[in-house]
Amino acid sequence: MTALRKQLVLVGNGMAGVRALEHLLKLAPEAYEITIFGAEPYPNYNRIMLSSVLAGGTSLDEIVINDLEWYRSFNIKLYTGHTVTAIDTKERKVHTDKGITAHYDELILATGSNPFMLPLPGAEKEGVIAFRDIKDTQIMQEVSQKYSKAVVIGGGLLGLEAARGLLHLGMEVSVVHIHDYIMERQLDEAAAVMLRKELEAQGMKFLLKKQSEAILGKKRVKGLLFADGETAEADLIVMAVGIKPNVELARTSGIAVNRGILVNDYMETNLPGIYAVGECAEHRGIAYGLVAPLYEQGAVLAKRLAGVPTEGYAGSVTSTKLKVSGVDVFSAGQFTEMDGTKSLRYQDETEGVYKKLVIRDEKLVGAVLFGDTSDGAELFSLIKKGENIKGREKELLLGISPDALASPKGNRLEGMPDDEIICGCNGVTKGTIAEAITSGGCTSVGQIKACTKASASCGGCKPLVEGLLQLYAGEAAVTVKEGICGCTTLGRDEIVAEIKRMKLMTVKEVMNVLNWSHEEGCAKCRPSLNYYLGMLWPAEYVDENESRFTNERYHANIQKDGTYSVVPRIYGGVTSPAELIKIAEVAVKFDVPLVKFTGGQRLDLLGVKKEDLPKMWEELDMPSGHAYGKTLRTVKTCVGSTYCRFGTQDAIGMGIRLEQAFERLNAPGKVKLAVSGCPRNCAEATIKDFGVVAIDGGWELHIGGNGGINVRATDLLCVVKTDDEVMEWASAFLQYYRENAGWNERTAQWVERVGLDSIKQALESREERLALQERIRHTLSLTTDPWKQIVNTPELRKNFEPILSPETV
Amino acid sequence: MTKMLIGNVKDIDIKGSRKLRVGQTEIALFRLSSGEVRAVENRCPHKGGALSEGMVCGSSIHCPLHDWRIDLHSGTVLAPDTGHVTTYEVEVDPATGSLYLTI
Repeated sequence: MTALRKQLVLVGNGMAGVRALEHLLKLAPEAYEITIFGAEPYPNYNRIMLSSVLAGGTSLDEIVINDLEWYRSFNIKLYTGHTVTAIDTKERKVHTDKGITAHYDELILATGSNPFMLPLPGAEKEGVIAFRDIKDTQIMQEVSQKYSKAVVIGGGLLGLEAARGLLHLGMEVSVVHIHDYIMERQLDEAAAVMLRKELEAQGMKFLLKKQSEAILGKKRVKGLLFADGETAEADLIVMAVGIKPNVELARTSGIAVNRGILVNDYMETNLPGIYAVGECAEHRGIAYGLVAPLYEQGAVLAKRLAGVPTEGYAGSVTSTKLKVSGVDVFSAGQFTEMDGTKSLRYQDETEGVYKKLVIRDEKLVGAVLFGDTSDGAELFSLIKKGENIKGREKELLLGISPDALASPKGNRLEGMPDDEIICGCNGVTKGTIAEAITSGGCTSVGQIKACTKASASCGGCKPLVEGLLQLYAGEAAVTVKEGICGCTTLGRDEIVAEIKRMKLMTVKEVMNVLNWSHEEGCAKCRPSLNYYLGMLWPAEYVDENESRFTNERYHANIQKDGTYSVVPRIYGGVTSPAELIKIAEVAVKFDVPLVKFTGGQRLDLLGVKKEDLPKMWEELDMPSGHAYGKTLRTVKTCVGSTYCRFGTQDAIGMGIRLEQAFERLNAPGKVKLAVSGCPRNCAEATIKDFGVVAIDGGWELHIGGNGGINVRATDLLCVVKTDDEVMEWASAFLQYYRENAGWNERTAQWVERVGLDSIKQALESREERLALQERIRHTLSLTTDPWKQIVNTPELRKNFEPILSPETV
Repeated sequence: MTKMLIGNVKDIDIKGSRKLRVGQTEIALFRLSSGEVRAVENRCPHKGGALSEGMVCGSSIHCPLHDWRIDLHSGTVLAPDTGHVTTYEVEVDPATGSLYLTI
């Protein structure tokens, strides 16, 4: 089998080459035996994301595109840290610096590019680097720990991203640029000036029209000397003045090169069996340095190698987005005015918005957007399609059109390019979804979800997926009644009604009676049913531990490395020296790697081994803080009238009373409370599920707030006078939420869905409130502390221990 | 190939799991509702999530990190995701309930 396969060698383990292989493996998984040589000691990673790593918020692990497991799963031989030094084009062999020789039938060169280092005197000094790979990123992070002044040479895309990252690392950053405005290759002067002002406001300094002359310092860099005699102090100099295709290997092996390795429309070099793709390749006079063209080239090459017909690569129109937080910049095509072009501009300095369209022969050929880039995808698509836009110019500029107002979604989707991401969670593009509909035969959102994963995670893109379905399937699109998950077509209300009507008592019974399509359900419906049954039959229902998520099963929060965290309950955020000593002693005894204050006024002991959990709980001898479940989390409080000179009520006392009343409460989603002692609202009660704000002589009660992805301020439910009334309303509201919301629906979404008025109405009568309060009291009276229960029950405790020392038989 | 006595079927709750380490490999054991016990490498091919911490549904396991589903008989990742985990043979002695793992 293997003997029949042709040998394919890829030189360069970067985005362009590996992407081409991924494509090839889809088209012809059995055709080649593949070997990859990469000079960097890592698997394939997303170089574009280095600026996000530098700016924080993204770790190196997260930017790996293909982990080592991927290479293994396709039997790809991967040599990282190997540089290919020679190609024997006659014998069809490559040689590496570590003495490996590999035969090839087909050879792909994807050697990328090298940063262009200005040949300044002193450029070899310590502290002078480029911004190209993981190593450079690591150096910047290290340097920022010890030194304070950074100079970035180059005010282009890469330079600004590097500068923003360094700023984020706490360095003073100056950007040196030879031109009189920044990003001149992507922006016109008006947009560039707006961008510079924005970046200056973020703390960046600019030295424009400066030509670098020499790098100063002894062993390590001390500064930069300019041609005009001025100097700038620097502990670190990052050169980001451009890249040059890495053609050395090709040149010395006799392959035709110019600026890059010369390729035709099929990515073929002048020698048989040798291809080039990505930043190292030069096609029709252009060597691209952006990712989209590289992917387009990779697709053509993959088809060529798989023997699938292709029209070839005809070059790319490129667009640019700057990845700098708080700044939206977009440009595409021919964005500067030339003979024969006309342009339309819109500039609003109050809002910081600038738009320019460049038109030639009634067609859009270029665009620049600053401040608001939401039209970028649509404009880019128009540029690429080259359609006539006569009569629509002003609409495109201002974003208002009669048609667009009638069906904005459809229009926007139609114009969106295929490679635009629709589902951000799973990285699904418009093209992938369109293909699933047109050739995959998907006719419902559910099918698209199953086929592509679009809208399968957070669901935020569902309206767009629905729009695409309408666009591509048209009449064929069916609205399938969607159940709570793929196992049923029944919705939450129907299920709850049936459970009540037939008095169903177990998850299994519900699934059998209501004809579940998967016998044992899935990770979505099992916890939902477990919740509904417990909510409906608090006394009779036996909670099914195995139908709860990991966190709720082990009463701790699972972390990405499989360890857990322990958060004991600290009522109202009030603790004592003795309690703190105890927590500290437990943390020391169990070697807890990280102790952190949570956002909810308590202590998080992170990185705990699962088997240590019961032992720690035992020693802590404190109730579980339930920092993991769909349950009451914390009640955040401010100091209130106890000490604060502004406090009008005892916020701490009220908070502790609420927390003690509602701890251990199972709810559809997590529930967070807060109590502020005066309208200054230091406890941030107006972004909580139930927020209490003291006023002189009473309390305001707020509901449905959220501080997560979609920040939502609370709605005012009512104003009451006494603490007992606060308890009555809180109980009634929470129980009404428990009885009516869908599992996994937070109060914020629920309030939006059913409307504030319907909730006010339901809680209007005191009689009804007291009935709800009685039901929540009953439910709460049946709960026990889960940590104590596990500690005292060996049958539960065993599940935390690994099975020990197996014996060979 | 080594066959090991690793415990008793009762050590694992129904629809529950236990883990064990053999050399460098961490193995997750699952007891299905059918009574069968399955063993796989305790590492989701997606982001390395500990499968032992996931939810058992029928004969598949849902990874606790991002809900990838893996068939516990074949070790195959179920659509729309793709991939594979190593499976190991487990025997349950019907008389005593003793569990044997072959690795």
